[in-house]
Amino acid sequence: MPGSGWLARWPVIRQLKGEDPRGSAARSARTDALRPRTERADTVARSVCPYCAVGCGQLVYVEDGRVTQIEGDPDSPISRGRLCPKGSASKQLVTHPGRQTRVLYRRPHGTEWEPLDLDAAMEMIADRVVRTRRETWEQTCEGKVVRRTMGIAGLGGATLDNEENYLMKKLYTALGAIQIENQARI
Amino acid sequence: MAECHPVGFQWVMEAKARGAKVFHVDPRFTRTSAMADRYLPIRAGSDIVLLGALINHVLDNGLDFRAYVLAYTNAATIVSEDFRDTEDLDGLFSGWDPDTATYAPRSWAYAATGEQPPAEHAEGGRRHAEAAGPETYGAGGAAAHPSPRTDPTLTHPRCVYQILKRHFARYTPELVERLCGIPGAAFAELAEAVTANSGRERTTAWVYSVGWTQHTVGAQYIRTAAILQLLLGNVGRPGGGIMALRGHASIQGSTDIPTLFNILPGYLAMPHAHRHEDLEHYLEREGGETGFWGNRRSYLVSLLKAWWGEAATEDNDYCFGHLPRLTGDHGHYTTVMGQIDGTVKGYFVIGENPAVGSSGGRAQRLGLANLDWLVVRDLTLVETATFWRDGPELETGEMRTEDIGTEVFFLPAASHVEKEGTFTNTQRLLQWREKALDPPGDCRSDLWFYYHLGRLVRRRLSDDEIDRPPRELTWDYPVHGAHREPSAEAVLREINGVGPDGRALSSSTQLRPDGSTACGCWIYCGVYADEVNQAARRRPRGEQDVVAPEWGWAWPANRRILYNRASADPEGRPWSERKAYVWWDAERGEWTGHDVPDCEIGKPPDYLPPEGARAQDALAGTDPFIMQSDGKGWLYAPSGLADGPMPAHYEPHESPVANLLYGQRANPARRTYDRPESPYNRPGPLFPYVLTTYRLTEHHTAGGMSRPLAYLAELQPELFCEMDPRLAARLGLGNGDWATIVTSRTVLEARVLVTGRMRPLRVEGRVIHQIGLPYHWGWGGGGLVTGDVVNDLTPLVLDPNVYIQEGKAMTCDVRPGRRPRGRAMLDLLETYRHG
Amino acid sequence: MAERMGFFTDTSVCIGCKACEVACKEWNQLPDDGFVFEATSYDNTGMLGASTWRHVAFIEQSRPVQVPSDPEAEDSVDRWLMSSDVCKHCTHAACLDVCPTGALFRTEFGTVVVQSDICNGCGYCVPACPYGVIDRREGDGRAWKCTMCYDRQLGGLEPACAKACPTDSIQFGPLDELRERAEERVARLRADGHEEARLYGESPSDGVGGAGAFFLLLDEPEVYGLPPDPVATTRDLPAMWRWAGAAALSVAGAVALAFLNGGPGLKSGTSLNGGTFLTGGAGPKGRAFLKSRAFLKGRALLKGRALLKGGTR
Repeated sequence: MPGSGWLARWPVIRQLKGEDPRGSAARSARTDALRPRTERADTVARSVCPYCAVGCGQLVYVEDGRVTQIEGDPDSPISRGRLCPKGSASKQLVTHPGRQTRVLYRRPHGTEWEPLDLDAAMEMIADRVVRTRRETWEQTCEGKVVRRTMGIAGLGGATLDNEENYLMKKLYTALGAIQIENQARI
Repeated sequence: MAECHPVGFQWVMEAKARGAKVFHVDPRFTRTSAMADRYLPIRAGSDIVLLGALINHVLDNGLDFRAYVLAYTNAATIVSEDFRDTEDLDGLFSGWDPDTATYAPRSWAYAATGEQPPAEHAEGGRRHAEAAGPETYGAGGAAAHPSPRTDPTLTHPRCVYQILKRHFARYTPELVERLCGIPGAAFAELAEAVTANSGRERTTAWVYSVGWTQHTVGAQYIRTAAILQLLLGNVGRPGGGIMALRGHASIQGSTDIPTLFNILPGYLAMPHAHRHEDLEHYLEREGGETGFWGNRRSYLVSLLKAWWGEAATEDNDYCFGHLPRLTGDHGHYTTVMGQIDGTVKGYFVIGENPAVGSSGGRAQRLGLANLDWLVVRDLTLVETATFWRDGPELETGEMRTEDIGTEVFFLPAASHVEKEGTFTNTQRLLQWREKALDPPGDCRSDLWFYYHLGRLVRRRLSDDEIDRPPRELTWDYPVHGAHREPSAEAVLREINGVGPDGRALSSSTQLRPDGSTACGCWIYCGVYADEVNQAARRRPRGEQDVVAPEWGWAWPANRRILYNRASADPEGRPWSERKAYVWWDAERGEWTGHDVPDCEIGKPPDYLPPEGARAQDALAGTDPFIMQSDGKGWLYAPSGLADGPMPAHYEPHESPVANLLYGQRANPARRTYDRPESPYNRPGPLFPYVLTTYRLTEHHTAGGMSRPLAYLAELQPELFCEMDPRLAARLGLGNGDWATIVTSRTVLEARVLVTGRMRPLRVEGRVIHQIGLPYHWGWGGGGLVTGDVVNDLTPLVLDPNVYIQEGKAMTCDVRPGRRPRGRAMLDLLETYRHG
Repeated sequence: MAERMGFFTDTSVCIGCKACEVACKEWNQLPDDGFVFEATSYDNTGMLGASTWRHVAFIEQSRPVQVPSDPEAEDSVDRWLMSSDVCKHCTHAACLDVCPTGALFRTEFGTVVVQSDICNGCGYCVPACPYGVIDRREGDGRAWKCTMCYDRQLGGLEPACAKACPTDSIQFGPLDELRERAEERVARLRADGHEEARLYGESPSDGVGGAGAFFLLLDEPEVYGLPPDPVATTRDLPAMWRWAGAAALSVAGAVALAFLNGGPGLKSGTSLNGGTFLTGGAGPKGRAFLKSRAFLKGRALLKGRALLKGGTR
């Protein structure tokens, strides 16, 4: 019985038993098992902070399909592993409960959001693009060929990837939408 | 910099520890000021006076780096005798047309050489200015004569050097004291430090952010800094330069591969209906034949091939006609006016929140409320998605939810760890992000959204001629995973470009004008060299030198310092051992050094272009500015800018003081919107204070990525107004009280932070109080903390070159107490607009 | 025992970005502290507590500014001090001394850590801390404070705050090395004309036997909200505890002793008494806490919080 059971785990007993009453003797089993949770990660992705344009390296630790930690990448010659408060809050950015994960729809003059299936939303948006483009098509303007629509506009944030911006500009331009703007203007 | 780019600031601290002297110039004392050796408070909107006085100090005392200036800048170039300066015309340059409020820049050109007329007139003028043409100079310069007349003695009265000297002669330390509020002794210390730390052995760097750009003279602020740095020999050299600290992860990428109305990838201009009839006409008018920009046919044709593939042939101008045409300004704020007027029906807002993030927020919301349909993609329900149910106009009674006909789709977005792709950071460095995990629920990347939207739209196309461009568009990207995510690497490879053999190209010099190469963005050519994603390179910093060329990939050609040919003297030797960076190795017959040389690697320093040479062959071996048609750094811009060949101080659109320099008070070419949605503060006692806006370390832009985060929201939970103690005492305001801030746009309330960090300045004999407002708050957006919208206060008045708004200097009034609610708020606003 | 590890917080390079506060919270998964605008310069988290284990203080100092054109401008701030405070991990840690459950213990790195699975929320440690660091969490009841990222250290990682710190204001390492580095830094600053530079908490001869987390300050400690002369509140405790231990044993002894090998009760007591953790003579026990709390409150007043609470909200 000695050395096991609840009584043996009672801190006072362990302290009295141990040589260092406030050191190792006081450790709980949980304490003994402590390791950095990043060691349990299934994968570590090398990423880049999404806030300002310094471009600090981030390491994204994923365990059981969840992000468990995001911290600086010490290999980065730009940031040397350091992050500002925003960069340090990146895990919260991607995991906070306020993130929307479902499509929402507000019908004209509606007073509330309604749920909408993603595929249905995509079809509806495609319908509207095609319809608006046709309805507002300008073949000429001020006597010149312009081949465009002034009925469709876009505004993008500057956290878009280059590849995303590229597809956007390519598609919009092919459709004749020219009022395509970005945070980079403003 | 410590405020908004804290991790970048570690390098400033490192430099400081090694003896660098740090000056901080800002209207308010920030966390950067706290670390600086000297803090210089300045009146918001007066920086050209300060920089101009530094230029005057250099020129007046002969402190320029003469060998550098003579060889690498256009100081010796003779300017047309038709040119008239602001000194002659009381604040206007020659060529001003009051009817169109634009300049005809012909008279700014270099003097004609006799054998051929100057080509500068192709760029500039009303059409060019309207379409924000100057923005195309993100990669290449405007056209100018490749070998203009010069006077190497710099004594010709019409040489650039002498013109500059006369132009800035009245920008004196006394004027700095009177207009900026910076005392003479402080200016003297700055001038001494900047000049003493420039030359062969030393360099000085300038760092700026939107505090310099968000002005009606924003582009000219940067020009002024560029002139100073060129005179001091601080461009293209280690430790030199003018660093734009950009505030969003890929805002550099968003101009390189623009979602901007006026440019195509690689800073190629969008064609203009009146300026560009066909491909030949376009190429003729979009820049010079000399310098690397002379290869623009290769860049554009390769882009058209990337987009329209087999359909793009020599016979059909490579589908140049598929590109829609501009007819003027189609920028963000003009588009919003189009929404209010009902011409814009559908609007995509992607990771952006104009309802609180753009200037004059009320106009933004009026526009949103007048759309047929709106698509918002973001991580949280930002205010732009919810304005119809909780916008401030509902409280004032200006809008009712049931009256708003806008159909709204909110699509949740994938976060930066749930997709792969590249960001381009503030130093032009592309860094690939690995995907950590799949996005949750309906969340998808924007790549997914646009790829599948394109697919669905193309499925709905007809055989109509108008459907040809999207029908013929190359749109086949491999997809993977349960979500059918398109391959970002395939897109990056298309951006990089492929040669006739279908293999990835390794350099933009391989691009051809004959349609045999395809390249989505010529300046990014090489990012996929050798079929390897170069942006994904991650050789640890400890395993390479400080230039770290194997971490990510920088455009162009993985060069880390642009114009670095200038780090060597005209003969190709480093200016000094201390500042050696790239140099000519005569034995090997090539340029070498710590970085990729920013010139043709085998071109010897003594190369002289033969008569009639074009493109890079027309550049001498001493020309470091290889994208310019004359290879020179421009102290004077003979072409390209909308508001003058040199910077001149103009007061902000809304300013409490007169322009002491010229009768012309504000930038004559600035863009205003004279309509009810865009009111301006009238000059006079109603709006006695200067207002500036800014960010805090703890938040991000309009708060969409910080207000919903508890760890950030708790650090700065409420909108506040920083105010100096004397103004607070005069208004009867105590620390933590509520104050109401008024412009003709809106009325808002903020808590007061009384602080000696805000300093009243004595300007032109008057005490000017400046107040500061960080703009991170909004009414919703999933924010754990909320507050009034600071951007609602700012005016819709824009820089004429690039259409950025003047968000950093305006006038306002401050009243003690909280703001009135509902109708009463509008009543108060009316008294300011008309009272 | 491994080498004693510590923090050296060099406030002369602190930019007040609060990355340390956030990185700490992300790693340790702490709750927020509420969303209250304090109007105390840029500080809205107030002080160290159960859920804020790193706290950045902001001190705006006005000095006469020579502005010839504006003689009234002397009230301008020309120095903005910022300093990231943290648990001191005292050599003589009163919190640890008074903990009746053994929840608080000294790690092999010489740091003082509270084990949340043992803490019963008695709160004795809270008044014992001469710095007012350790605190009980509302709704939880248990005591919490900085662990110097004990779990990370066990994996050979540096604490989250030190790793994130953009300017290396927070440095982590073997305490002896940090002390050396700090001496050099002070010497350099003084040579550069910063006569006011000084170290705080580095001396083993101070009232807590030297702190495991010490600071380079540019002004008096009280300016930063740090007690000028902290004293372990338990200096006289060994004698008291021996009594308490004996009393406890006399009650529980019959049961407890049956499980012990060789009746080490008294031995433990001896060990307590004979440890090297208490040096110096008798001092005012328990007073340092009051002093520091009162001090912190005073600081809050100075910084305008009282003004707020006076009714302008």
